[in-house]
Amino acid sequence: MAAAAFYDLDGTLCRTNLVHAFAYNARNQQGLWRSVTRTASTVASIPLFLAADLFNRRLFNEIFFRRYRGESEDRLRYLAQELFDTVVRPSIFPGAYELTDKSRRLGLRQVLVTGALDLTVEPLVRHLGLDDSVTNHLEFVDGKATGRLLPPVMAAATKASWIRTYAEKEGLNLTECYSYSDSMSDLPMLSVVGHPTAVNPDFRLRNTALQHDWPILDLR
Amino acid sequence: MTKREAKPLRGPVPRHKEDDQVVYIDENSAPRIIFSGTDILCEDLPIGTRVIYAKPPIEGLANPGAAIRYALNHPLDSDPLYTQLSPGMRVTIAVDDISLPLPPMTTPDIRQTMLEILIEMLEANGVDDVHIIIALGSAHRRMTPAEMKRMAGKKVYDAFYPDRYYNLDAEDPDGFVPLGKTAQGEPVNISRRCVESDLVIYVNVTLVPMDGGHKSVAVGLCDYESVRVHHEPDTIAACNSLMDPPHSMLATKLARMGAIVDQHMNVFHIETALNNRMFSSPLAFLGRNEDEFSELDRLKTETLRLALSKMPEVAKRKMFNAIPAPYQLIACYAGKADPVHDRIVAKLNDQYLVKVKGQSDIVIFPIPFISPYNVNSILNPILLQVMALGYFHHFYRGQPVLRKGGALILCHPCHDEFDHEYHPSYIEFFHRLLPETRDSHLLRAKYEEEFARNPSYVEMYRRGHAYHGTHPFFMWYWGEAGRQHVGKIIAAGAKNAHVPAMLGWDRSESVTEAIAMARSFVGPSASITLMKWPPIVMADVE
Repeated sequence: MAAAAFYDLDGTLCRTNLVHAFAYNARNQQGLWRSVTRTASTVASIPLFLAADLFNRRLFNEIFFRRYRGESEDRLRYLAQELFDTVVRPSIFPGAYELTDKSRRLGLRQVLVTGALDLTVEPLVRHLGLDDSVTNHLEFVDGKATGRLLPPVMAAATKASWIRTYAEKEGLNLTECYSYSDSMSDLPMLSVVGHPTAVNPDFRLRNTALQHDWPILDLR
Repeated sequence: MTKREAKPLRGPVPRHKEDDQVVYIDENSAPRIIFSGTDILCEDLPIGTRVIYAKPPIEGLANPGAAIRYALNHPLDSDPLYTQLSPGMRVTIAVDDISLPLPPMTTPDIRQTMLEILIEMLEANGVDDVHIIIALGSAHRRMTPAEMKRMAGKKVYDAFYPDRYYNLDAEDPDGFVPLGKTAQGEPVNISRRCVESDLVIYVNVTLVPMDGGHKSVAVGLCDYESVRVHHEPDTIAACNSLMDPPHSMLATKLARMGAIVDQHMNVFHIETALNNRMFSSPLAFLGRNEDEFSELDRLKTETLRLALSKMPEVAKRKMFNAIPAPYQLIACYAGKADPVHDRIVAKLNDQYLVKVKGQSDIVIFPIPFISPYNVNSILNPILLQVMALGYFHHFYRGQPVLRKGGALILCHPCHDEFDHEYHPSYIEFFHRLLPETRDSHLLRAKYEEEFARNPSYVEMYRRGHAYHGTHPFFMWYWGEAGRQHVGKIIAAGAKNAHVPAMLGWDRSESVTEAIAMARSFVGPSASITLMKWPPIVMADVE
């Protein structure tokens, strides 16, 4: 039976996170004043983002993606490749290439399961040669972002539930599948496969991995 | 077994013994000190029990540096090293890793002495393209920078690390060159840097006769494809024993592969033998006959036991790992693999072999805190198994001390504890595979490849300090001859039931209870032998 390797993105395969992508967009607004105010506002919000993320990934998403309200879809798409070239690609961990390469040679389907936006992830999926991905999608009305995410919102348990559905649809044996993440919020995604691995884990995930005897990997 | 009354302390009393190394327990014998992981036990053994002691350490050479230089200048079946050197040539020095000697020796490590002499000679002859590779084979963990510095010394480390002093990477896709196959089809793939060098100098610390010789290059510098042809159950089962090269299938296969190496590479072997001075002087009493203990020795024993009983396991492990062994060089030879290794094995046999008359129905193995694969780490259940059945079982020449089908008593607490950084694949092997099967052939056929290719284990091996995913398999195969030979294994003093059960062993609370269980298995008049490790002793069984 076929199997797959499921990867979280931010902190797992690369150093960047959602805030980096948003900050890049904020810095590259049309007009200097708009860029400065957006950037200042993003920096000022970082403590709020951190607190929300500590409390609940879903709450974080709700607060964070509201910041995209009013952004033009065209402009976000236009900046996506540039964002990848200047910010994301340099921050990919050296070990990420080896890991995905070894995994591919094992015959595993390569799947990215991330809470990042589809616009920012597409170039990376192509760059790493991944087979499939599931991301979050902003809702756009008349070409402008509403600040809401289209369901299902990829975070925590939703990732695990998506993996289960995907495996069923694609005929994958979850016991043979691998899953990689750096964050405790992805515990469900790690728990659903036979070969979970904590990658560059935060303190809570490290402790959990030690308790469950999961491998702990450092790709940095 | 009846409990004898404690004897009043007194001076040495003549005992029934064949010689200083083979002693029989009588009614006046003192309790024996037995290592059990990081604890020491004091056990009254049944009258008539034979206790095999290590020989006292052979006196070390007064000037190790001079001995090494002499060996380099008077090699066996080879030209002196300095005549083989010329400016502009490419030289690679391969060096044994931290898995030996055990415990790590006091500084300067003998490898540091050898490396400093070699580097000096290479520089004097204008050779500047020099790399030092730690020969990890296909599965040993990478040594940490601190360990590398301790082993090679500050001078060599500062000059060569990290660009020219590094660990072999068995997962480097371009790192190996196929040299060919033996007539039996065994592939010989060796490190590219070594194959492409004009000269490879292999620096050995030959702790036991199994090490050194053709094993150095053919195993130490090979990849997974090469190693798996002899690190497998049938090869190990056909060894009588691993420590007796003429009767070891492993040595036979490696000699074949070594011949291929010699056809393609210019290898200059340096082998050293150390004595068995494993304990520094305050602890030297641990290796002596307890009947000859002074009152100070008894006091030290009781103090040590009391201290160990009060300390947490982690602290005990730290303490033991922090005590290096004051080994001394007793022989050094250089030149071609075979003549060098033959002389070193003869010297090791002088140090380790003790003549023993006949086998026993029951044998007791003390298992200490350390094995080749848990320096600065935990002796997990798989490593415990390999120490007992893979190494200690093979510490014989002729025939095993235990008769076929006899009962083996292992003294160890059998902690269910693993090092997540060094031994990640061991955890899955123990908890996922062993409940399904303990059959080595089935494990090899069904799971070895999966563990070898597991991307997480590969990355942990390459980027961290994890043993390769296949290492627990090799450790399990290493116990194959022992498993086939022994009738029953009892873990005496095991702190839990599930570890012995998972390994297929029985469990007892104490050595006394284990002996009673063993007697009920092999008969009430069973003969008993205690192998008094450490230090290393090998039985030359008639």
